[in-house]
Amino acid sequence: MTDAAMSEDNTPKELEAALEKAPETEAVKALPIKVRATDVNVFYGDNHALKDVTIDIPEHRVTAFIGPSGCGKSTFLRCINRMNDTIDICRIEGKIEIDDRDIYDRSIDVVQLRAKVGMVFQKPNPFPKSIYDNIAYGPRIHGMVAGKTDTDEMVEASLKRAGLWAEVKDRLAQPGTSLSGGQQQRLCIARAIAVSPQVILMDEPCSALDPIATARIEELIDELRRNFTIVIVTHSMQQAARVSQKTAFFHLGVLVEQGNTEQIFTNPVDKRTQDYITGRFG
Amino acid sequence: MPTEHIVTSFDEELSRLSDLISRMGGLAEVQIERSIESLQRRNTEEATQIIEADRAIDLLQTEIEELAIQMIARRQPLATDLRATVAGLKIAPHIERIGDYAKNIARRTIALNQHPPVKPMFTIPRMGRMARTMVQDVLDAFSNHDLAKARAVWERDAELDDMYDSLFRVLLTYMMEDPRSITSCTHLLFVARNIERIGDIATNIAELVHYQVEGEAMTEDRPKTDQASITVLDSN
Repeated sequence: MTDAAMSEDNTPKELEAALEKAPETEAVKALPIKVRATDVNVFYGDNHALKDVTIDIPEHRVTAFIGPSGCGKSTFLRCINRMNDTIDICRIEGKIEIDDRDIYDRSIDVVQLRAKVGMVFQKPNPFPKSIYDNIAYGPRIHGMVAGKTDTDEMVEASLKRAGLWAEVKDRLAQPGTSLSGGQQQRLCIARAIAVSPQVILMDEPCSALDPIATARIEELIDELRRNFTIVIVTHSMQQAARVSQKTAFFHLGVLVEQGNTEQIFTNPVDKRTQDYITGRFG
Repeated sequence: MPTEHIVTSFDEELSRLSDLISRMGGLAEVQIERSIESLQRRNTEEATQIIEADRAIDLLQTEIEELAIQMIARRQPLATDLRATVAGLKIAPHIERIGDYAKNIARRTIALNQHPPVKPMFTIPRMGRMARTMVQDVLDAFSNHDLAKARAVWERDAELDDMYDSLFRVLLTYMMEDPRSITSCTHLLFVARNIERIGDIATNIAELVHYQVEGEAMTEDRPKTDQASITVLDSN
Protein backbone atom coordinates (compact mmCIF):
# COMPACT_ATOMS: atom_id res chain seq x y z
CA MET A 1 0.00 0.00 0.00
CA THR A 2 1.26 3.49 -0.77
CA ASP A 3 1.69 6.33 1.71
CA ALA A 4 -1.35 8.11 0.35
CA ALA A 5 -3.52 5.11 1.05
CA MET A 6 -2.01 4.58 4.46
CA SER A 7 -2.80 8.15 5.48
CA GLU A 8 -6.48 7.26 5.25
CA ASP A 9 -5.98 4.59 7.81
CA ASN A 10 -8.77 4.91 10.31
CA THR A 11 -7.49 2.27 12.72
CA PRO A 12 -7.25 3.68 16.23
CA LYS A 13 -3.72 4.04 17.58
CA GLU A 14 -4.21 1.64 20.47
CA LEU A 15 -5.55 -1.03 18.16
CA GLU A 16 -2.65 -0.47 15.81
CA ALA A 17 -0.31 -1.05 18.72
CA ALA A 18 -2.23 -4.17 19.73
CA LEU A 19 -1.97 -5.53 16.19
CA GLU A 20 1.78 -5.02 16.18
CA LYS A 21 2.55 -6.30 19.66
CA ALA A 22 0.09 -8.81 21.02
CA PRO A 23 0.40 -12.44 19.99
CA GLU A 24 -2.52 -13.51 17.83
CA THR A 25 -4.05 -15.70 20.47
CA GLU A 26 -4.28 -12.87 22.97
CA ALA A 27 -5.39 -10.36 20.37
CA VAL A 28 -8.30 -12.48 19.16
CA LYS A 29 -9.67 -12.65 22.68
CA ALA A 30 -9.14 -8.97 23.40
CA LEU A 31 -10.64 -7.56 20.22
CA PRO A 32 -14.22 -6.34 20.08
CA ILE A 33 -16.79 -8.50 18.36
CA LYS A 34 -17.93 -7.12 15.01
CA VAL A 35 -20.42 -9.77 13.96
CA ARG A 36 -22.28 -11.96 16.42
CA ALA A 37 -24.41 -14.85 15.22
CA THR A 38 -26.64 -16.64 17.70
CA ASP A 39 -28.49 -19.91 16.97
CA VAL A 40 -28.75 -19.27 13.26
CA ASN A 41 -30.79 -21.82 11.32
CA VAL A 42 -31.28 -21.67 7.56
CA PHE A 43 -33.81 -23.65 5.55
CA TYR A 44 -34.07 -23.91 1.78
CA GLY A 45 -37.63 -25.20 1.58
CA ASP A 46 -37.46 -28.48 3.52
CA ASN A 47 -33.69 -28.64 3.48
CA HIS A 48 -32.25 -27.67 6.84
CA ALA A 49 -28.99 -26.15 5.54
CA LEU A 50 -27.58 -24.60 8.73
CA LYS A 51 -28.15 -25.83 12.25
CA ASP A 52 -27.83 -23.61 15.34
CA VAL A 53 -24.76 -21.73 14.26
CA THR A 54 -23.35 -19.49 16.98
CA ILE A 55 -20.13 -17.61 16.39
CA ASP A 56 -18.44 -14.31 17.23
CA ILE A 57 -16.41 -12.68 14.48
CA PRO A 58 -13.72 -10.38 15.89
CA GLU A 59 -13.12 -6.93 14.47
CA HIS A 60 -9.99 -6.27 12.38
CA ARG A 61 -9.32 -9.93 12.03
CA VAL A 62 -9.62 -12.42 9.20
CA THR A 63 -12.00 -15.25 10.02
CA ALA A 64 -11.90 -18.26 7.70
CA PHE A 65 -14.78 -20.68 7.15
CA ILE A 66 -13.66 -24.10 5.99
CA GLY A 67 -15.49 -27.35 5.30
CA PRO A 68 -16.43 -29.72 2.50
CA SER A 69 -18.76 -28.63 -0.32
CA GLY A 70 -22.34 -28.29 0.82
CA CYS A 71 -21.39 -27.91 4.49
CA GLY A 72 -23.18 -24.56 4.78
CA LYS A 73 -20.19 -22.23 5.01
CA SER A 74 -21.20 -20.15 1.97
CA THR A 75 -24.82 -20.16 3.11
CA PHE A 76 -23.74 -18.74 6.43
CA LEU A 77 -21.49 -16.16 4.76
CA ARG A 78 -24.44 -14.99 2.69
CA CYS A 79 -26.54 -14.55 5.83
CA ILE A 80 -24.15 -11.85 7.02
CA ASN A 81 -25.21 -9.39 4.31
CA ARG A 82 -28.64 -10.88 3.74
CA MET A 83 -27.81 -12.20 0.28
CA ASN A 84 -30.08 -15.14 1.02
CA ASP A 85 -33.06 -12.74 1.02
CA THR A 86 -32.96 -12.95 -2.76
CA ILE A 87 -33.82 -16.67 -2.63
CA ASP A 88 -37.59 -17.13 -2.24
CA ILE A 89 -37.59 -20.51 -0.55
CA CYS A 90 -34.90 -19.51 1.94
CA ARG A 91 -35.95 -19.04 5.57
CA ILE A 92 -33.65 -17.83 8.33
CA GLU A 93 -34.08 -18.17 12.09
CA GLY A 94 -31.90 -16.91 14.91
CA LYS A 95 -30.06 -13.66 15.25
CA ILE A 96 -27.15 -11.99 13.47
CA GLU A 97 -25.90 -8.74 14.94
CA ILE A 98 -23.35 -6.32 13.56
CA ASP A 99 -22.14 -3.84 16.18
CA ASP A 100 -24.94 -5.15 18.43
CA ARG A 101 -27.67 -4.34 15.90
CA ASP A 102 -29.83 -7.16 14.59
CA ILE A 103 -29.41 -7.06 10.81
CA TYR A 104 -32.69 -8.91 10.25
CA ASP A 105 -34.62 -6.25 12.15
CA ARG A 106 -37.40 -4.53 10.18
CA SER A 107 -35.77 -1.14 10.59
CA ILE A 108 -32.67 -2.25 8.68
CA ASP A 109 -32.26 -0.93 5.14
CA VAL A 110 -30.84 -3.87 3.21
CA VAL A 111 -29.19 -1.62 0.63
CA GLN A 112 -27.36 0.24 3.39
CA LEU A 113 -26.49 -3.06 5.06
CA ARG A 114 -24.86 -4.35 1.88
CA ALA A 115 -22.86 -1.13 1.58
CA LYS A 116 -21.64 -1.78 5.10
CA VAL A 117 -21.00 -5.46 4.44
CA GLY A 118 -19.26 -5.81 1.10
CA MET A 119 -18.82 -9.03 -0.82
CA VAL A 120 -16.24 -10.49 -3.18
CA PHE A 121 -17.14 -13.61 -5.13
CA GLN A 122 -15.38 -16.71 -6.36
CA LYS A 123 -15.27 -15.60 -9.97
CA PRO A 124 -14.22 -11.99 -10.55
CA ASN A 125 -17.36 -10.23 -11.77
CA PRO A 126 -16.54 -6.68 -12.83
CA PHE A 127 -19.41 -4.65 -14.27
CA PRO A 128 -19.31 -4.39 -18.08
CA LYS A 129 -18.03 -0.87 -17.65
CA SER A 130 -14.71 0.95 -17.52
CA ILE A 131 -12.28 0.33 -14.70
CA TYR A 132 -13.09 3.82 -13.44
CA ASP A 133 -16.85 3.31 -13.48
CA ASN A 134 -16.57 -0.06 -11.75
CA ILE A 135 -15.24 1.79 -8.72
CA ALA A 136 -17.30 4.99 -9.06
CA TYR A 137 -20.64 3.22 -9.45
CA GLY A 138 -21.26 2.30 -5.82
CA PRO A 139 -20.22 5.60 -4.22
CA ARG A 140 -22.35 7.46 -6.80
CA ILE A 141 -25.55 5.57 -6.14
CA HIS A 142 -24.97 5.85 -2.38
CA GLY A 143 -24.43 9.61 -2.79
CA MET A 144 -20.97 9.37 -1.23
CA VAL A 145 -19.23 11.52 -3.84
CA ALA A 146 -20.03 14.97 -5.25
CA GLY A 147 -18.42 16.12 -8.47
CA LYS A 148 -15.62 14.83 -10.62
CA THR A 149 -12.63 15.73 -8.41
CA ASP A 150 -14.25 14.02 -5.48
CA THR A 151 -14.95 10.89 -7.52
CA ASP A 152 -11.47 10.88 -9.05
CA GLU A 153 -9.90 10.95 -5.61
CA MET A 154 -12.11 8.19 -4.34
CA VAL A 155 -11.39 5.97 -7.35
CA GLU A 156 -7.67 6.50 -6.92
CA ALA A 157 -7.76 5.84 -3.19
CA SER A 158 -9.78 2.64 -3.61
CA LEU A 159 -7.54 1.30 -6.36
CA LYS A 160 -4.47 2.10 -4.26
CA ARG A 161 -5.89 0.29 -1.27
CA ALA A 162 -6.54 -2.72 -3.46
CA GLY A 163 -2.97 -2.57 -4.72
CA LEU A 164 -4.12 -2.09 -8.32
CA TRP A 165 -3.50 1.61 -8.93
CA ALA A 166 0.00 1.35 -10.39
CA GLU A 167 -1.14 -1.26 -12.88
CA VAL A 168 -4.27 0.55 -14.14
CA LYS A 169 -3.76 4.28 -13.62
CA ASP A 170 -3.05 4.84 -17.33
CA ARG A 171 -5.96 2.79 -18.57
CA LEU A 172 -8.89 3.75 -16.36
CA ALA A 173 -11.20 4.12 -19.34
CA GLN A 174 -10.67 0.57 -20.52
CA PRO A 175 -13.26 -2.04 -19.63
CA GLY A 176 -12.79 -3.84 -16.32
CA THR A 177 -13.07 -7.12 -18.17
CA SER A 178 -9.88 -6.33 -20.11
CA LEU A 179 -7.80 -6.98 -16.99
CA SER A 180 -6.25 -10.34 -16.05
CA GLY A 181 -8.14 -12.62 -13.64
CA GLY A 182 -6.09 -11.57 -10.61
CA GLN A 183 -6.41 -7.90 -11.53
CA GLN A 184 -10.16 -8.30 -12.02
CA GLN A 185 -10.42 -9.78 -8.55
CA ARG A 186 -8.50 -6.88 -7.06
CA LEU A 187 -10.78 -4.55 -9.04
CA CYS A 188 -13.76 -6.24 -7.36
CA ILE A 189 -12.09 -5.76 -3.97
CA ALA A 190 -11.45 -2.09 -4.83
CA ARG A 191 -15.11 -1.81 -5.82
CA ALA A 192 -16.19 -3.37 -2.53
CA ILE A 193 -14.05 -1.05 -0.41
CA ALA A 194 -15.06 2.06 -2.41
CA VAL A 195 -18.33 2.29 -0.47
CA SER A 196 -16.41 2.22 2.86
CA PRO A 197 -17.74 -1.05 4.21
CA GLN A 198 -16.90 -2.30 7.69
CA VAL A 199 -17.05 -5.98 6.91
CA ILE A 200 -15.87 -7.68 3.71
CA LEU A 201 -17.14 -11.15 2.89
CA MET A 202 -15.07 -13.19 0.48
CA ASP A 203 -16.45 -16.36 -1.06
CA GLU A 204 -13.44 -18.32 -2.35
CA PRO A 205 -11.81 -15.21 -3.79
CA CYS A 206 -8.76 -17.03 -5.13
CA SER A 207 -10.13 -20.29 -6.48
CA ALA A 208 -9.98 -19.04 -10.08
CA LEU A 209 -6.52 -17.48 -9.74
CA ASP A 210 -2.97 -18.67 -10.29
CA PRO A 211 -0.57 -18.87 -7.30
CA ILE A 212 1.01 -15.45 -7.97
CA ALA A 213 -2.34 -13.68 -8.22
CA THR A 214 -3.45 -15.65 -5.14
CA ALA A 215 -0.42 -14.47 -3.18
CA ARG A 216 -1.22 -10.87 -4.15
CA ILE A 217 -4.79 -11.20 -2.91
CA GLU A 218 -3.62 -12.84 0.32
CA GLU A 219 -1.16 -10.02 0.90
CA LEU A 220 -3.99 -7.58 0.23
CA ILE A 221 -6.30 -9.37 2.70
CA ASP A 222 -3.64 -9.05 5.37
CA GLU A 223 -3.40 -5.31 4.78
CA LEU A 224 -7.13 -4.78 4.56
CA ARG A 225 -7.79 -6.28 7.98
CA ARG A 226 -6.31 -3.17 9.58
CA ASN A 227 -9.35 -1.26 8.37
CA PHE A 228 -11.97 -3.90 7.84
CA THR A 229 -13.27 -7.09 9.35
CA ILE A 230 -12.84 -9.91 6.87
CA VAL A 231 -14.64 -13.21 6.58
CA ILE A 232 -13.36 -15.61 3.96
CA VAL A 233 -14.71 -18.93 2.72
CA THR A 234 -11.99 -21.10 1.25
CA HIS A 235 -11.47 -24.65 0.12
CA SER A 236 -7.74 -24.28 0.51
CA MET A 237 -6.69 -25.30 4.00
CA GLN A 238 -3.30 -23.74 3.43
CA GLN A 239 -4.94 -20.48 2.47
CA ALA A 240 -7.07 -20.46 5.62
CA ALA A 241 -3.93 -21.21 7.64
CA ARG A 242 -2.01 -18.43 5.90
CA VAL A 243 -4.49 -15.55 5.96
CA SER A 244 -6.79 -16.02 8.94
CA GLN A 245 -6.47 -15.53 12.66
CA LYS A 246 -9.68 -17.37 13.46
CA THR A 247 -10.99 -20.48 11.73
CA ALA A 248 -14.41 -22.11 11.84
CA PHE A 249 -15.03 -25.62 10.50
CA PHE A 250 -18.48 -26.47 9.13
CA HIS A 251 -19.76 -29.94 8.38
CA LEU A 252 -23.27 -30.99 7.29
CA GLY A 253 -24.73 -27.62 8.28
CA VAL A 254 -23.17 -27.71 11.73
CA LEU A 255 -20.45 -25.40 12.98
CA VAL A 256 -18.27 -28.18 14.38
CA GLU A 257 -15.35 -26.26 15.77
CA GLN A 258 -14.01 -22.74 15.90
CA GLY A 259 -10.85 -21.33 17.39
CA ASN A 260 -7.57 -19.61 16.81
CA THR A 261 -6.23 -20.63 13.42
CA GLU A 262 -3.00 -22.04 14.80
CA GLN A 263 -4.89 -24.25 17.23
CA ILE A 264 -7.29 -25.54 14.55
CA PHE A 265 -4.44 -26.52 12.23
CA THR A 266 -2.07 -27.98 14.79
CA ASN A 267 -4.34 -29.38 17.46
CA PRO A 268 -8.03 -29.55 16.55
CA VAL A 269 -10.33 -30.82 19.29
CA ASP A 270 -13.08 -32.47 17.26
CA LYS A 271 -12.36 -35.65 15.34
CA ARG A 272 -14.35 -34.40 12.33
CA THR A 273 -12.14 -31.32 12.09
CA GLN A 274 -9.07 -33.52 12.45
CA ASP A 275 -10.26 -35.85 9.69
CA TYR A 276 -11.16 -33.03 7.33
CA ILE A 277 -7.99 -30.97 7.59
CA THR A 278 -5.72 -34.01 7.37
CA GLY A 279 -7.54 -35.35 4.31
CA ARG A 280 -9.12 -38.38 5.96
CA PHE A 281 -12.74 -37.81 4.96
CA GLY A 282 -14.26 -40.87 3.37
CA MET B 1 -3.86 -43.98 13.10
CA PRO B 2 -7.56 -44.68 13.46
CA THR B 3 -8.61 -43.74 9.91
CA GLU B 4 -6.77 -43.60 6.67
CA HIS B 5 -6.00 -40.78 4.31
CA ILE B 6 -7.80 -40.38 1.02
CA VAL B 7 -4.31 -40.26 -0.50
CA THR B 8 -2.90 -43.65 0.49
CA SER B 9 0.71 -42.81 -0.38
CA PHE B 10 0.60 -40.25 2.45
CA ASP B 11 -0.27 -43.04 4.89
CA GLU B 12 2.63 -45.03 3.53
CA GLU B 13 5.02 -42.14 4.08
CA LEU B 14 3.80 -41.57 7.62
CA SER B 15 4.23 -45.21 8.53
CA ARG B 16 7.61 -45.31 6.83
CA LEU B 17 8.69 -42.34 8.94
CA SER B 18 7.57 -44.12 12.08
CA ASP B 19 9.28 -47.36 11.00
CA LEU B 20 12.56 -45.61 10.26
CA ILE B 21 12.55 -44.03 13.71
CA SER B 22 11.88 -47.38 15.35
CA ARG B 23 14.69 -48.92 13.33
CA MET B 24 17.09 -46.11 14.20
CA GLY B 25 16.09 -46.40 17.86
CA GLY B 26 16.60 -50.17 17.75
CA LEU B 27 20.14 -49.69 16.45
CA ALA B 28 20.84 -47.14 19.19
CA GLU B 29 19.59 -49.56 21.87
CA VAL B 30 21.95 -52.26 20.56
CA GLN B 31 24.82 -49.77 20.54
CA ILE B 32 24.20 -48.87 24.19
CA GLU B 33 24.05 -52.54 25.16
CA ARG B 34 27.17 -53.48 23.25
CA SER B 35 29.15 -50.49 24.54
CA ILE B 36 28.41 -51.42 28.14
CA GLU B 37 29.22 -55.04 27.42
CA SER B 38 32.55 -54.24 25.79
CA LEU B 39 33.39 -51.97 28.72
CA GLN B 40 32.58 -54.72 31.19
CA ARG B 41 34.53 -57.37 29.27
CA ARG B 42 37.39 -55.00 28.40
CA ASN B 43 36.87 -55.97 24.78
CA THR B 44 38.78 -53.55 22.55
CA GLU B 45 37.82 -55.34 19.37
CA GLU B 46 34.12 -55.03 20.03
CA ALA B 47 34.56 -51.40 21.04
CA THR B 48 36.15 -50.74 17.65
CA GLN B 49 33.18 -52.37 15.92
CA ILE B 50 30.80 -50.19 17.87
CA ILE B 51 32.57 -47.05 16.72
CA GLU B 52 32.21 -48.20 13.11
CA ALA B 53 28.56 -49.21 13.55
CA ASP B 54 27.55 -45.67 14.53
CA ARG B 55 27.62 -44.73 10.89
CA ALA B 56 24.45 -46.74 10.21
CA ILE B 57 22.59 -44.59 12.76
CA ASP B 58 23.85 -41.39 11.14
CA LEU B 59 22.67 -42.59 7.74
CA LEU B 60 19.21 -43.33 9.10
CA GLN B 61 19.04 -39.85 10.56
CA THR B 62 19.71 -38.37 7.13
CA GLU B 63 17.08 -40.60 5.60
CA ILE B 64 14.48 -39.62 8.21
CA GLU B 65 15.18 -35.93 7.84
CA GLU B 66 14.98 -36.10 4.06
CA LEU B 67 11.69 -37.96 4.24
CA ALA B 68 10.18 -35.52 6.75
CA ILE B 69 11.28 -32.46 4.76
CA GLN B 70 9.93 -33.99 1.59
CA MET B 71 6.59 -34.70 3.34
CA ILE B 72 6.35 -31.10 4.53
CA ALA B 73 7.09 -29.84 1.02
CA ARG B 74 4.77 -32.19 -0.82
CA ARG B 75 1.93 -32.98 1.60
CA GLN B 76 1.72 -29.89 3.79
CA PRO B 77 0.75 -32.06 6.77
CA LEU B 78 -1.66 -30.60 9.33
CA ALA B 79 -2.86 -31.46 12.83
CA THR B 80 -1.82 -35.03 13.88
CA ASP B 81 0.08 -35.51 10.62
CA LEU B 82 1.98 -32.27 11.19
CA ARG B 83 2.78 -33.30 14.75
CA ALA B 84 3.94 -36.77 13.64
CA THR B 85 6.20 -35.22 11.01
CA VAL B 86 7.64 -32.60 13.33
CA ALA B 87 8.11 -35.14 16.13
CA GLY B 88 9.94 -37.45 13.70
CA LEU B 89 12.14 -34.62 12.55
CA LYS B 90 12.98 -33.75 16.14
CA ILE B 91 13.38 -37.28 17.51
CA ALA B 92 15.89 -38.41 14.85
CA PRO B 93 18.72 -36.07 16.00
CA HIS B 94 18.08 -37.15 19.61
CA ILE B 95 18.60 -40.78 18.67
CA GLU B 96 21.67 -39.79 16.71
CA ARG B 97 23.04 -38.24 19.93
CA ILE B 98 22.35 -41.47 21.81
CA GLY B 99 24.43 -43.26 19.16
CA ASP B 100 27.21 -40.73 19.67
CA TYR B 101 27.21 -41.34 23.43
CA ALA B 102 27.44 -45.11 22.88
CA LYS B 103 30.31 -44.50 20.47
CA ASN B 104 32.01 -42.31 23.05
CA ILE B 105 31.67 -45.04 25.67
CA ALA B 106 33.37 -47.45 23.22
CA ARG B 107 36.21 -44.96 22.68
CA ARG B 108 36.73 -44.63 26.41
CA THR B 109 36.62 -48.43 26.74
CA ILE B 110 39.61 -48.63 24.40
CA ALA B 111 41.44 -46.09 26.58
CA LEU B 112 40.43 -47.83 29.81
CA ASN B 113 41.70 -51.15 28.51
CA GLN B 114 45.22 -49.77 28.52
CA HIS B 115 45.06 -49.39 32.32
CA PRO B 116 44.36 -51.84 35.11
CA PRO B 117 40.66 -52.13 35.98
CA VAL B 118 39.26 -49.91 38.73
CA LYS B 119 36.58 -51.06 41.09
CA PRO B 120 33.79 -48.50 40.58
CA MET B 121 33.48 -49.76 37.03
CA PHE B 122 31.12 -52.42 38.29
CA THR B 123 28.24 -50.00 38.99
CA ILE B 124 28.31 -48.77 35.39
CA PRO B 125 26.44 -51.78 33.89
CA ARG B 126 23.45 -51.13 36.14
CA MET B 127 23.25 -47.53 34.92
CA GLY B 128 23.70 -48.71 31.35
CA ARG B 129 20.88 -51.23 31.60
CA MET B 130 18.60 -48.59 33.02
CA ALA B 131 19.39 -46.09 30.25
CA ARG B 132 18.88 -48.76 27.64
CA THR B 133 15.47 -49.69 29.07
CA MET B 134 14.47 -46.02 29.12
CA VAL B 135 15.36 -45.70 25.44
CA GLN B 136 13.52 -48.90 24.62
CA ASP B 137 10.41 -47.84 26.55
CA VAL B 138 10.30 -44.36 25.10
CA LEU B 139 10.53 -45.76 21.58
CA ASP B 140 7.71 -48.18 22.37
CA ALA B 141 5.73 -45.22 23.67
CA PHE B 142 6.46 -43.42 20.39
CA SER B 143 5.31 -46.33 18.23
CA ASN B 144 2.15 -46.97 20.25
CA HIS B 145 1.29 -43.35 21.14
CA ASP B 146 1.46 -44.55 24.73
CA LEU B 147 1.40 -41.47 26.97
CA ALA B 148 1.58 -43.39 30.24
CA LYS B 149 4.72 -45.19 29.16
CA ALA B 150 6.33 -41.95 27.94
CA ARG B 151 5.52 -40.37 31.25
CA ALA B 152 7.02 -43.26 33.20
CA VAL B 153 10.30 -42.81 31.31
CA TRP B 154 10.16 -39.10 32.00
CA GLU B 155 9.80 -39.76 35.71
CA ARG B 156 12.42 -42.49 35.85
CA ASP B 157 15.21 -40.16 34.75
CA ALA B 158 15.56 -38.84 38.31
CA GLU B 159 16.64 -42.31 39.42
CA LEU B 160 19.37 -42.44 36.79
CA ASP B 161 20.51 -38.98 37.86
CA ASP B 162 20.79 -40.24 41.46
CA MET B 163 22.91 -43.18 40.36
CA TYR B 164 25.17 -40.83 38.47
CA ASP B 165 25.48 -38.49 41.47
CA SER B 166 26.53 -41.28 43.81
CA LEU B 167 28.98 -42.75 41.28
CA PHE B 168 30.43 -39.27 40.86
CA ARG B 169 31.13 -39.08 44.59
CA VAL B 170 32.61 -42.57 44.66
CA LEU B 171 34.94 -41.79 41.77
CA LEU B 172 36.11 -38.56 43.39
CA THR B 173 36.89 -40.46 46.56
CA TYR B 174 38.86 -43.08 44.61
CA MET B 175 40.86 -40.45 42.84
CA MET B 176 41.73 -38.74 46.10
CA GLU B 177 42.79 -42.02 47.67
CA ASP B 178 44.88 -43.23 44.76
CA PRO B 179 46.07 -40.64 42.25
CA ARG B 180 47.27 -43.43 39.96
CA SER B 181 43.63 -44.22 39.24
CA ILE B 182 42.85 -40.71 38.04
CA THR B 183 43.12 -41.53 34.33
CA SER B 184 40.80 -44.52 34.55
CA CYS B 185 38.40 -42.85 36.96
CA THR B 186 38.15 -39.80 34.72
CA HIS B 187 37.29 -41.97 31.73
CA LEU B 188 34.70 -43.77 33.84
CA LEU B 189 33.30 -40.47 34.96
CA PHE B 190 32.75 -39.55 31.33
CA VAL B 191 31.21 -42.95 30.63
CA ALA B 192 28.79 -42.39 33.52
CA ARG B 193 28.11 -38.91 32.25
CA ASN B 194 27.33 -40.28 28.78
CA ILE B 195 24.88 -42.78 30.25
CA GLU B 196 23.27 -40.06 32.30
CA ARG B 197 22.91 -37.93 29.16
CA ILE B 198 21.25 -40.85 27.35
CA GLY B 199 18.63 -40.77 30.11
CA ASP B 200 18.13 -37.04 29.55
CA ILE B 201 17.64 -37.66 25.86
CA ALA B 202 15.09 -40.40 26.55
CA THR B 203 13.30 -37.77 28.64
CA ASN B 204 13.42 -35.30 25.73
CA ILE B 205 11.93 -37.93 23.46
CA ALA B 206 9.22 -38.63 26.06
CA GLU B 207 8.30 -34.95 25.88
CA LEU B 208 8.11 -35.14 22.09
CA VAL B 209 5.84 -38.18 22.32
CA HIS B 210 3.62 -36.14 24.63
CA TYR B 211 3.60 -33.29 22.09
CA GLN B 212 2.78 -35.63 19.24
CA VAL B 213 -0.13 -37.28 21.04
CA GLU B 214 -1.57 -34.34 22.96
CA GLY B 215 -0.72 -31.47 20.65
CA GLU B 216 0.91 -29.42 23.35
CA ALA B 217 4.18 -29.32 25.24
CA MET B 218 4.47 -30.76 28.75
CA THR B 219 4.25 -27.84 31.09
CA GLU B 220 5.57 -29.34 34.32
CA ASP B 221 9.19 -29.09 35.38
CA ARG B 222 11.26 -32.22 35.18
CA PRO B 223 11.31 -34.26 38.38
CA LYS B 224 14.95 -33.57 39.16
CA THR B 225 18.26 -32.75 37.54
CA ASP B 226 21.57 -34.23 38.59
CA GLN B 227 23.52 -32.59 41.38
CA ALA B 228 26.97 -33.83 40.37
CA SER B 229 27.81 -30.66 38.50
CA ILE B 230 27.58 -28.68 41.74
CA THR B 231 28.99 -31.32 44.08
CA VAL B 232 31.99 -30.30 46.18
CA LEU B 233 33.96 -32.86 48.16
CA ASP B 234 36.01 -31.78 51.14
CA SER B 235 39.59 -32.82 50.38
CA ASN B 236 40.56 -33.12 54.03
